[in-house]
Amino acid sequence: MGIIKASKLVHEYIRRDEEGNVESILKAVDHVDFDIKEGDFIAILGHNGSGKSTFAKHINVLLTPSEGTLWVDGKDTGDADNISAVRRLAGMVFQNPDNQIIASVVEEDVGFGPENLGVPTAEIWNRVKESLQSVGMLNYRSHSPNKLSGGQKQRVAIAGVMAMEPKCIVLDEPTAMLDPSGRKEVLSAVHKLNQEKGITVLLITHYMEEVTEADYVYVMDQGKIVMQGTPREIFSKPDMLAEYRLDVPQITLLAHKLKQSGIPLREGILTRAELREELLNLYRRRNGNANYI
Amino acid sequence: MPIIFDKVNYVYSKGTAYEKQALKNISLKIEDGQFIGIIGHTGSGKSTLIQHFNGLIKATSGAVYFNGRDIYEDDYPMKELRTKVGLVFQYPEHQLFETTIFDDVCFGPINQGLSKNEAGLRAFEALKNVGIPESLFYQSPFDLSGGQKRRVAIAGVLAMKPEVLILDEPTAGLDPKGRDEILDLIEKMHRERKITVLLVSHSMEDVAKYVQRMIVMNNGEIMYDGTPKEVFRHYKELEAVSLAAPQVTYLVHELKEHGMDIGLDVTTVEEAKQQILRLFHIEG
Repeated sequence: MGIIKASKLVHEYIRRDEEGNVESILKAVDHVDFDIKEGDFIAILGHNGSGKSTFAKHINVLLTPSEGTLWVDGKDTGDADNISAVRRLAGMVFQNPDNQIIASVVEEDVGFGPENLGVPTAEIWNRVKESLQSVGMLNYRSHSPNKLSGGQKQRVAIAGVMAMEPKCIVLDEPTAMLDPSGRKEVLSAVHKLNQEKGITVLLITHYMEEVTEADYVYVMDQGKIVMQGTPREIFSKPDMLAEYRLDVPQITLLAHKLKQSGIPLREGILTRAELREELLNLYRRRNGNANYI
Repeated sequence: MPIIFDKVNYVYSKGTAYEKQALKNISLKIEDGQFIGIIGHTGSGKSTLIQHFNGLIKATSGAVYFNGRDIYEDDYPMKELRTKVGLVFQYPEHQLFETTIFDDVCFGPINQGLSKNEAGLRAFEALKNVGIPESLFYQSPFDLSGGQKRRVAIAGVLAMKPEVLILDEPTAGLDPKGRDEILDLIEKMHRERKITVLLVSHSMEDVAKYVQRMIVMNNGEIMYDGTPKEVFRHYKELEAVSLAAPQVTYLVHELKEHGMDIGLDVTTVEEAKQQILRLFHIEG
């Protein structure tokens, strides 16, 4: 069993009228099976309303299954006795940095989590220092969060989760409100935590570029998993992605169009460096050929 | 009816310890019917700038002229200005409040002083324009998906028939299809109704694809003002201020550095395709 395992997970949003009669039932997550290995970097794609956030909220028990089971590190999230343990194992970071920062000094904000866990003071300070260091924000420890940029605030939010020493971090569109540099900062901080500390990462995003370096990608639609595979496998099917209201990274799209126009590129090119090398090789081969006109 | 900014300065919390100059000596002219992108890092002054266009924020010094008239004159009809310059804030769907979609869109025109009938006609047209099917008109706006809610919110501004439409990151948080749909809708409004559009965005790819003119803000000043091609030539300088160029722009520069004889004025996928096909002697 992996660190996060879902078996036939169902979540229903039930709407009731004033008398408490059921008006409608929406199956936001519909018999989903997941098995995520510890240390993996997982991306979840899906259009607005496809069920990805509902699924993600089960991982740290903000929601509990209507049917089926979800285990985090072997603990059943449906068992009320496991709630605090599971929340310690899996931390969450949301879209809007301003909604997640509560203290007036960066280091106090990061210390809030461990303090609530009853960690001894000396240990709290160690964790604060280490977590801020891991996201590259140690120099800002005594700053006011108000004065930080969006990317810096998000990194503080991630440090706040790290200070609780989780095994897994779930990020729900962490870069939706950030400028290009902010997006880059947050992504590289998350990748570093994944590679250096072995933290399992679940990244939910609408930016296809952010997915190219993930180990594995799931695509959700109407509460179900409809595609899964490596980024290369997923992005080599642009037409299928379009059906699910998604697209491919700009570079993949360009490579796809060039191939259609007759340049013999391989399928599933994801990064600028890959496309550049492919094009340079083809170009040199052609220009080395005397018959080349 | 051009909009002119003449040496506009704005200072937040003047005279306190938190004093911050958000706009420094901004002078610019927005011609009728332009489609303009405004980019800049968080805190660069974009949002402060756009709130000057309809007088939500009053400049600390300097003047703003709408249709030749100084909007800071004592008897200037501010209410009229706010219907002519429609502002769509970030996450406008958070501002939906009525019990039905139709009533929500009527709210603006009714406040404009239009009769209930007239407002209803406006709402009908605006909702049609943004692609909300009639079957949804009398449902609660809160049951819609994120992308649909945003369309309703935009319809609420369109129903006031603005001459200038300003949108602050209208695609944030939307899925790729939703992003394209909203931007195509704005482009259509601009094309068919000839309204002036100012689009604040963090997506360089979107800006490059849609706008005619780009204004780059940095630390409260205008850093660049030109066509996307002109502005993205400065991709290195843009990076220094937390921005970037579209991926395809980087690609052609890298190909050139590696000895390929490729044109560098590339900001969209289509342009990149044409340049690369030309190198391989393939007709596009």
